[in-house]
Amino acid sequence: MLALEMSAESAPPATPEQFHKYCGAGCQPARDCQSRYPVAPGEPVPSPNRPRIHNLPHTFAVTTLRFSLLLAIAPLLAAQQTAKIEVLPVQGNIYMLAGAGANITLQLGDNGVLVVDTGLAPMSAQVIAEIRKLSQKQLRYVVNTDVHEDHTGGNEAFSKEGGTSTVVNIVNTPGQTASQAIKIVGHEGILDRMSASVNGKPARVSLAWPTDTFFDEPKEFYFNGESIQVLHQPAAITDGDSLVYFRRSDVVSTGDIFMTTGYPNIDLPGGGGIQGVLDALNRILDLTIPAHHEEGGTMVIPGHGRLCDEADVMEYRDMVTVIRDRIRAMVKKGSTIEQIVASRPTMDYDGLYDVSRQSADAFVETVYKSLTEKTK
Amino acid sequence: MKIAVALLVVVAGMPLLAQVNLSGEWVARQHEDQLERGPGPELGDYLGIPVNDAARLRGDSWDPSRITLPEEQCRVHLSTYIYRGPMALRVWEEKDPDSQHVIAIKNYISTYEQTRTIWMDGRPHPSKNAPHTWMGFSTGKWEGDTLTVYTTHIKTGWLRRNGLPESDRATMVEHFIRHGNYMTHVSIVTDPVYMTEPLIKSEDMEFDTSEQTAWLWPCEPVVEVIRPKGVVPSYLPGQNPFLHEFAARWGLPYEPTRGGAETTYPEYRLKLKKMVPEPPLK
Repeated sequence: MLALEMSAESAPPATPEQFHKYCGAGCQPARDCQSRYPVAPGEPVPSPNRPRIHNLPHTFAVTTLRFSLLLAIAPLLAAQQTAKIEVLPVQGNIYMLAGAGANITLQLGDNGVLVVDTGLAPMSAQVIAEIRKLSQKQLRYVVNTDVHEDHTGGNEAFSKEGGTSTVVNIVNTPGQTASQAIKIVGHEGILDRMSASVNGKPARVSLAWPTDTFFDEPKEFYFNGESIQVLHQPAAITDGDSLVYFRRSDVVSTGDIFMTTGYPNIDLPGGGGIQGVLDALNRILDLTIPAHHEEGGTMVIPGHGRLCDEADVMEYRDMVTVIRDRIRAMVKKGSTIEQIVASRPTMDYDGLYDVSRQSADAFVETVYKSLTEKTK
Repeated sequence: MKIAVALLVVVAGMPLLAQVNLSGEWVARQHEDQLERGPGPELGDYLGIPVNDAARLRGDSWDPSRITLPEEQCRVHLSTYIYRGPMALRVWEEKDPDSQHVIAIKNYISTYEQTRTIWMDGRPHPSKNAPHTWMGFSTGKWEGDTLTVYTTHIKTGWLRRNGLPESDRATMVEHFIRHGNYMTHVSIVTDPVYMTEPLIKSEDMEFDTSEQTAWLWPCEPVVEVIRPKGVVPSYLPGQNPFLHEFAARWGLPYEPTRGGAETTYPEYRLKLKKMVPEPPLK
């Protein structure tokens, strides 16, 4: 049945420890274990006194606004002081930053710095400080995978850090200059929701908005020596989700479509749906190619949780599909939402995520609503 | 006297070596639990495994057809299970070139061509954000003549290849005990998600000088069954038709085949005698 024939003409044996390069903080460098390094090779060691770019005028209104914001986020700031951001080298030009809300993907190179998602707003200073330990190059791109604040909370701070009115020389046109701003790339669904006031909640400040939106075809660009595809996944967690595929580094950043810490947090009012999540998970499996026996190869940075590869996505896809199939079968039988919730269709997976019964039930209700809305 | 002093100097200057050297090539002796280790456990056979209800539901839902999906064809037995197979094992030591201290003890396991590193240099286990692998991250130490290994960061996989799951929170303690040309491997797997008590297993291996061993296990996924995209074969709760086959084939009551910590203890036999066996298969 399986393609498991014993043959002398086999694939070469696995490189010893090709996958065990994550030895933990404080590990001892050994010949076959690449320890973590705080500064990327070839990058200068950052100076703590490096000047920062601040373009906002210091008016009374701005000062008042900052003070108000400070009061509002004081509890989060207190928590921030104890939070620790962990930087994990992934492969190629890519790093993963964990601990600032959603995972942040970092791509470094001669052209500058690109981040996928910016974490929670109160964590921005810490995140930027960690990035500056790795690179002093200009922040050039932010790519948002969805609109939620654990992914976009730092957009404003990154806009300021990257510069919104920096004067740069134009290539091949001596003497000419232009105003260059950091680009915030995102599906137009993110801009629509970020720029609108919804249910009394004010729109986000414009500095946080995507400046480079797309709505149909994949957004593609070339930066730091590699092709980058931003692949919109319709009606997944929201209506503005994207996967980000770094083709040379061979890394996929998935946003919340995939995570190791919980069930998909489908935002039905935000345009999400269960089938969109499953389609997106299967799309990730199409993009990823394992190196050896379903391990390594294309690496996957989830929205939340540990660094992964295809096998981890496969398990998650299987879980979401199995739960969807159970709920769909009960819907077809005419079961009520109460009956479906009471049957606990997630029971065999709840322990993986330490979710409360309430949270598990909420996921079941969301899937039910998503399925029944589709069939109406 | 001079000779004694010279010997003392030599001995004192020697690096710390393993009390027992496990290096060499080993093959599994299949005399124990052969039916499970060769043909593999039957569907619905959870007997003697301290599983909980969540594990039972996942096992009952598992359709063997799932491993026809291309992305699942080459998935590897976890380090907690792989030593049960008809495998060959090569063991060698990695030494620091300057001090000759053992940095790591390496295992190459023929099944799925897995290379495993048991770090012996005292390094910590990685953070929770580091990747999980089929073999996990292992550290070892000598306890007398026994190599004791602790493993974390194991991928989600199967506890047995009949669909019983193991979570990514499982950890394992192992003891490698050499008796001349034989070696006993004892594993103690703890899984807070799918087991109520640790699962303890042992296997024996024999030193192999035959040079006849097959070391390769190539696997390339192909589309074996044409299906609509996104289909994941599984049984809905209560609809797996094969769960009673194991009990019926072996003349067992159905209840113990559902497993659980109680079924791992000798006293359970008293309870077993009072149960009604499953009728034979027609």
